[in-house]
Amino acid sequence: MEAARGGGEGAELRLLGTWSSPWVIRVKVALGLKGLSYEYVEEVLASKSDLLLKSNPVHKKVPVLIHGGRAVCESVVILQYVDEVWAGASGTPILPSDPYDRATARFWATYVNDTVATWHEMIQCLRVTCLQFFPSWRALFRSTTDEQRTEAFKNVVPVVDTLERALRECSKGKAFFGGDAVGLVDVALGSHLVWISVVDEVVGVRLLDKARFPALAAWAERFLAVDAVKEVMPDVRKVMEQYKGFLAKWIASAGPS
Amino acid sequence: MAGELKLLGTWVSPFVTRAKLALHIKGLSYENVEEDLGNKSELLVSSNPVYKSVPVLIHSGNPICESSVIVQYINDAFAGVGPSFLPADPYERAVTRFWAVYVEDKVVNQWARVFRVKTDEERAEVMHQTLEAVEVLEGGLKECSGGKGAFFGGDSIGYIDILLGGLVSWVKATESLSGIKLIDTTKTPLLAAWMEHFCELHVAKTILQDVNAVVEYAKALQARMADAAVNN
Repeated sequence: MEAARGGGEGAELRLLGTWSSPWVIRVKVALGLKGLSYEYVEEVLASKSDLLLKSNPVHKKVPVLIHGGRAVCESVVILQYVDEVWAGASGTPILPSDPYDRATARFWATYVNDTVATWHEMIQCLRVTCLQFFPSWRALFRSTTDEQRTEAFKNVVPVVDTLERALRECSKGKAFFGGDAVGLVDVALGSHLVWISVVDEVVGVRLLDKARFPALAAWAERFLAVDAVKEVMPDVRKVMEQYKGFLAKWIASAGPS
Repeated sequence: MAGELKLLGTWVSPFVTRAKLALHIKGLSYENVEEDLGNKSELLVSSNPVYKSVPVLIHSGNPICESSVIVQYINDAFAGVGPSFLPADPYERAVTRFWAVYVEDKVVNQWARVFRVKTDEERAEVMHQTLEAVEVLEGGLKECSGGKGAFFGGDSIGYIDILLGGLVSWVKATESLSGIKLIDTTKTPLLAAWMEHFCELHVAKTILQDVNAVVEYAKALQARMADAAVNN
């Protein structure tokens, strides 16, 4: 039996999504509130289905609601569509009917969307910092010979490159990863700057090189100039002493080569 | 729906222009209040405490903020007055809203970054992304107009035409200032035709900012920013 084309209330509903995406959850909640049954299709984002690519050619993203064979994309657009097509269905409308209340709802929905998007970008930056940068840099930190240092340095540079790009995306031209003010990612990464500069000195090369990573170099300067940071950063010479102590200990415990 | 309308804005803002276009299309009279953003009025700050920005539409003392929200509000609150900005069919409305989101996220917000990034390299990258998005928007115009006319709304203007229309004087000013054509006749012929037709409308002639005035404003702004950079 052919599914009815076009958006009649009885036409077939299909939702393309991924199980953990908050944007997909938005749509599932809305469909649930309206008491609607639908076919759910779990997408694998690493290998998107032809249906997804065809239904959302512009963004190739979930969620996509396919109603009577026609695709509706963008979670907030889907919510409004569901609200309008099934206006008579059970449950309260998703958007209020009063124009002023609708305007209020739309204002805050935009605000939430913008804040959430920013938050997700920040999480991405945090992931690069913690899961890629630190492990990579730690190998440099732990190096006791020049050969080890050269090798480790070579491996950390591409990660710093990723971080440079992450900074540009997160900050959107503003001073910090967090925007105009210092945020979570700034603190997570910036607190290591003293140690980074100490290791730089031993390695003989500056990691956050101004010519290669201008955004990060400028960011580091700005971060270190923040009052709350200046007040707590340890003295670089004392940190250097401590590092030399570690190196000596590691070399000693490695035994004669 | 009777009640006094007041618009807080600045003459140069493309977002304020959107609100003015919408009000004019509906044939609504309103009090236009020119704000000095360096010295914001008490009314502006109390009406838009979250962003403290323009435009703000005040209807019977109730404030509405964010240009796209304002345009939709004008459409909803004055549904019986003048033309509707959105199609009647829910699916077509969804398609319109999809492209409105695209205009905002990929074109306008990207383009706005050009004025914020510090290096020439970043500016070039942001411009490149903006131009790419404009090319995708050409497909959006084709889909929305459905071959019925030059506008996103078909043979008459609608929601997206208003959102994009607010930016037209800045698009032209940018070309005058930097030579960059955001809407290029060869790359995006439908959008180029859209802009031509839009500018011929009475509402556009009445409302759109004078391009030379925008150019002068942009030059003065650039000079002030360059000054600030040198003195820091």
